[in-house]
Amino acid sequence: MTIALVVAAAIVAIIVGWLLRQTLNTKPWIEQQHPIENVRAESAWSLPPVKVGLGVFLAVATSLFALFISAYFMRRMGADWNTLADPMVLWWNTALLCLGSIYFQRARTAAQRGQIDGVKVGLLAGGAFTFAFLAGQLWAWQQLNASGFYLATNPASDFFYLLTALHGLHLLGGLWVWGRTTAKVWRGFEVADVRLSVELCTVYWHFLLVVWLILFGLLLST
Amino acid sequence: MAYVAHDESDYVPPAEVEEVELYHPKTFIGKYIWSQDAKVIAIQYSITAIAVGLVALVLSGIMRLQLGYPNTFSFITPGTYLQFVTMHGMIMVIYLLTALFLGGFGNYLIPLMVGARDMVFPYVNMVSYWVYLFAVLLLMASFFVPGGPTGSGWTLYPPQAILEGTPGASWGIILMLVSLAFFIVGFTMGGLNYVVTVLQARTRGMTMMRLPLTVWGIFMATILALLAFPALFVSCIMMTLDSLLGTSFFMPAIVSMGQQLDYGGGSPILFQHLFWFFGHPEVYIVALPAFGMVSDLISVHARKNIFGYRMMVWAILAIGALSLVVWAHHMYVSGMNPYFGFFFAITTLVIAIPTAIKVYNWVLTLWRGNIHLTVPMLFAIGFVFTFINGGLTGLFLGNVTVDLPLSDTMFVVAHFHMVMAVAPIMVVFGAIYHWYPKITGRMLNDTLGKFHFWATFLGSYAIYYPMHYLGFLGVPRRYYAMGNTDFLPESAHSLNAGITIVALIVGAIQVVFLYNLVWSYFKGKPSGGNPWGATTLEWQTPDTPPKHGNFGPTLPVVYRWAYDYSVPGVDEDFIPQNQPPGEKTRGLEET
Ligand code: HEM
Ligand SMILES: [Cu+2]
Repeated sequence: MTIALVVAAAIVAIIVGWLLRQTLNTKPWIEQQHPIENVRAESAWSLPPVKVGLGVFLAVATSLFALFISAYFMRRMGADWNTLADPMVLWWNTALLCLGSIYFQRARTAAQRGQIDGVKVGLLAGGAFTFAFLAGQLWAWQQLNASGFYLATNPASDFFYLLTALHGLHLLGGLWVWGRTTAKVWRGFEVADVRLSVELCTVYWHFLLVVWLILFGLLLST
Repeated sequence: MAYVAHDESDYVPPAEVEEVELYHPKTFIGKYIWSQDAKVIAIQYSITAIAVGLVALVLSGIMRLQLGYPNTFSFITPGTYLQFVTMHGMIMVIYLLTALFLGGFGNYLIPLMVGARDMVFPYVNMVSYWVYLFAVLLLMASFFVPGGPTGSGWTLYPPQAILEGTPGASWGIILMLVSLAFFIVGFTMGGLNYVVTVLQARTRGMTMMRLPLTVWGIFMATILALLAFPALFVSCIMMTLDSLLGTSFFMPAIVSMGQQLDYGGGSPILFQHLFWFFGHPEVYIVALPAFGMVSDLISVHARKNIFGYRMMVWAILAIGALSLVVWAHHMYVSGMNPYFGFFFAITTLVIAIPTAIKVYNWVLTLWRGNIHLTVPMLFAIGFVFTFINGGLTGLFLGNVTVDLPLSDTMFVVAHFHMVMAVAPIMVVFGAIYHWYPKITGRMLNDTLGKFHFWATFLGSYAIYYPMHYLGFLGVPRRYYAMGNTDFLPESAHSLNAGITIVALIVGAIQVVFLYNLVWSYFKGKPSGGNPWGATTLEWQTPDTPPKHGNFGPTLPVVYRWAYDYSVPGVDEDFIPQNQPPGEKTRGLEET
């Protein structure tokens, strides 16, 4: 639980830190501290709400994964924990997901420069690599199954299935947004119309890549 | 109100934020059923929450019947008793209070109070309600499945929760876990809305430090909930897997009903950690909105600015942060490392400091205020009393050595009912009496309201004070019947019977409140837009009840904090937040 504690503390620290940089130490009861035009600039970000929404959602997802990882550490202390031979294909999968992230990043850069072709390529390749990653994960399950580790065989394999499934589901959710964005690009929307979605997808993908690297390290180390 | 520019500082630049395009439904269904208007969603949340809350209230009546008159009612068996305890606790905490404070009041008040037209993601907001409703229906369905609802206690501790022998171990517990998971998903959708709306949709001039404390309370509670509910989610998933697929996340090797089960190696303590990592913040998820609202109620009805606004905000933040690091005080009896217990006892006692600051500030706001003993004010004062009571016994229980003998007795039941049942419910009532005029355009009946207050307030004390004493005697919690026990004097049994009578009366009196809600909707005195003379933006809307979009053609601009009451030298005893500065002296100039 220490991990969950540290993560929660970090998130709270970020929130409180941000709030403190706001106007938390002003004295609102003293009238007319700012003319109105300054007030707006320092009170709300000029970010679009969906971006902040994504940020908040990532905080929730971080909390979720941190709690699972805490549980993993606590459960690992049980005497019945068997070390898994992790399927080799996981290394390939990791590479695929990295590539996916890279292509999303390229789509984002292209979107900022207003190059619709770059966006198309980036989105397509990014999505394709992600699908490949998911297929690879299924294959890894297959291999585990073949070597006799089912769900409920051993806590190590239980956690393996659980964590990979959870991560995969998050990716699927992302792919849904990716699908809508890609469809838009193909239906001939301007770059400006999809720039935000592309950017949000990219951030989300990077986040899930980091989560996967942490999970992968965890699975390897035990 | 006339908008006259007085000097340069009043100049308002054109809005930087574009006008939101609202989705305007034409049909009745689009307006009231699949509605994306936060105010309608708020009403939907509230009605659903109050409806399940009534189920939980009836369950508590049945439990009290059994406790007061054991061996009298054949339809209450030990099994059903446990099922009622569980369902009562879970419904009250999650499906009533959490949903009502955040989904109900949060949805209604946040956009209005920050000066927004609606939540930032109205569609997601709508889905949030329907997912919540689905979760409620799943939970209610467990009354009708084979074996009935789960009887594991609202804490759902494994291994017993999913073992044969606990009522509802096959269907009931699964429905409970799945329902909770859906609740969390639905809540997360709503929660994203509440947080982002507060951060991004405030109108011009509304700085964070000009927000009414109600918004601060709901905001911080939502952040807490967003961080803490995942812990419950994780435990629900893992327990479902343990139960359905036979994994051993939480289940140790165990012999049940003479049979060795397939489980082995799992850690029930892990579940307790996860559960309380959620469970303790949950107390504050319920308490912080209550704190916020009660601050506003006291300030409005005492016609005084809130004492120590800044301190109040900081205290809310401090409580929010600290409440994430105290969870193991619920696990003192789990045999944990004494140093661990020491750490958690300290954090638990430290959290009393910001909490006490808030209590002092409420009292100091009342001090020499122009107190109007309206019904909302009565409930607010009732809250302060009750909260102090419950908080003091909390200090007892926070100490390991005191908690060990008292744990799992009626003392604990009395403590947490004071602090997280009666106290927040007082605020819920007070808030409904306060905001009902804005929601419907009519006042609630005052006489019925006063009767409702005194009956509920005095009744609650008659119920829960004696329970502390029963706990000292050693009456355990979640016990169907005490039988012939030597350590209980005869008087304890008559006391129990007395508590039951009062509980039934108090429960029945809530009908008066429901009647008042319905009657006043049709026959109540028309309230006008701002019956209490309050400063916050929700009272300054052009229409009452506010229309979809809240503020008519232009959004209000905020010039001041929310607590300008009885400002010296001003005619009216309050200045709305959106009144430009020059106008405050109007009274003086004219005389
Ligand atoms: C008229 C009002 C109420 C009465 C008479 C009442 C009565 C009871 C009784 C008799 C128990 C069972 C004690 C035991 O055998 O262990 C109980 C448990 C509980 N109540 Fe209430 N209650 C009321 C309102 C509330 C409210 C508003 C809440 C909301 C927080 C609440 C939360 C709980 C919880 C969490 C439990 C523990 C359940 C468990 O042990 O699993 N109650 N209540
Ligand atoms: Cu606690």
